[in-house]
Amino acid sequence: MNEHGNTPRPQADGEIEVMLGKLLRLGVLVAAAVVAAGGLLLIISRGNWTPDYAAFHDANSPLRSVGGILREAYALRPDGIVQTGILLLVATPVLRVVFSLFAFARQRDWLYVVLTLVVLAVLSVGLAGWKT
Amino acid sequence: MSYYVLSSLLFAGSLLAGLLGALTGLGGGVVIIPLITLAFGIDIRYAIGASLISVIATSSGAAAAYVREGYTNIRIGMFLEVATTLGALGGAALAGLLSTGTIAVVFGIVLASTALQSLRTSHDVSGAAASDRSALRLRLNGEYPLDGLRQRYNVTGVLPGFALMLIAGGLSGLLGIGSGAVKVLAMDRIMRIPFKVSTTTSNFMIGVTAAASAGIYIARGYVAPEIAMPVMLGVLAGSLAGSRALVATRTVILRRLFAWVVIVLAAEMIFNGMTGRI
Repeated sequence: MNEHGNTPRPQADGEIEVMLGKLLRLGVLVAAAVVAAGGLLLIISRGNWTPDYAAFHDANSPLRSVGGILREAYALRPDGIVQTGILLLVATPVLRVVFSLFAFARQRDWLYVVLTLVVLAVLSVGLAGWKT
Repeated sequence: MSYYVLSSLLFAGSLLAGLLGALTGLGGGVVIIPLITLAFGIDIRYAIGASLISVIATSSGAAAAYVREGYTNIRIGMFLEVATTLGALGGAALAGLLSTGTIAVVFGIVLASTALQSLRTSHDVSGAAASDRSALRLRLNGEYPLDGLRQRYNVTGVLPGFALMLIAGGLSGLLGIGSGAVKVLAMDRIMRIPFKVSTTTSNFMIGVTAAASAGIYIARGYVAPEIAMPVMLGVLAGSLAGSRALVATRTVILRRLFAWVVIVLAAEMIFNGMTGRI
């Protein structure tokens, strides 16, 4: 609990919100640019290929782990580059949560520091590709 | 169909879906999954993966504009994200256990109720008279810009709202959608948060909720770059264009029309799911 009772500090909150907005926009733009670049290569290199996605067949694709995706991207394979852009996109809202953690800590709002840590913990479980 | 043609058609369809989704407020994700599965005959798991990725893109893209305007309540958002991310993990886990037919039927039901809800236009704008004790303890009450002034509002129904957010997150993780309609239902009707604050805060939360299940989807191979690429770029471009136009035009007729299209698509998903065609 902070000593200001029930009122969040509007000034500080406004500042955080503007920075969060910028962060989100930048993340989406960078991710979309990487996906578009990889997509262009994908179409140039494999445009004539006839894909078959009527049945699910990617249970063993190398593009299922961060390591696998980065290896494929490092080898400049188009699908690896697209998938790297998708990872960047997924990272954007996660970074937003990390950023909120610092913002709440700066305000000494320990209740929300704890809540943010809980959200980060749940996100980590999902991002680790939790198997069921 | 060559990949030239497939990627172009997926991009064009997603662009239109994103545009209509933003113009009508139903979100781009609602028609993406029926489009990919019904029109292209692609396995629903790839459709769900591509849809979830496009949901993260549109949520983060639009949130950037909303937070700057000062409607988004980041405390409400963070508190309720505890529920939506937990729900999303549960939903994504369930997605691996259910048959594709069952998922298609659940999707159709959620889709139809979302569209029906959007046909009802009345919103309670009065807000809660008093906040409940947990809202005070969590400092959820806030203020938003109204006619050049800062309008204060109270929050109530914190526990039932939180519970409904678990379900919203679960649907998001199970079906690869933003489930913004359920989120707004919880905040608008139950927690009595002003409508503009509800919609923008819901949008703010959608990206984080989707990120919780995205890792699980990628690990299962649901996110195929060949499909996710044109879908994500198309929905993003369409929804950005749509949200610009939204300010200028009134879209009641479009909204009605689109809701009925969505209801037909929902019926088709339910039928195909039940008859084992998906």
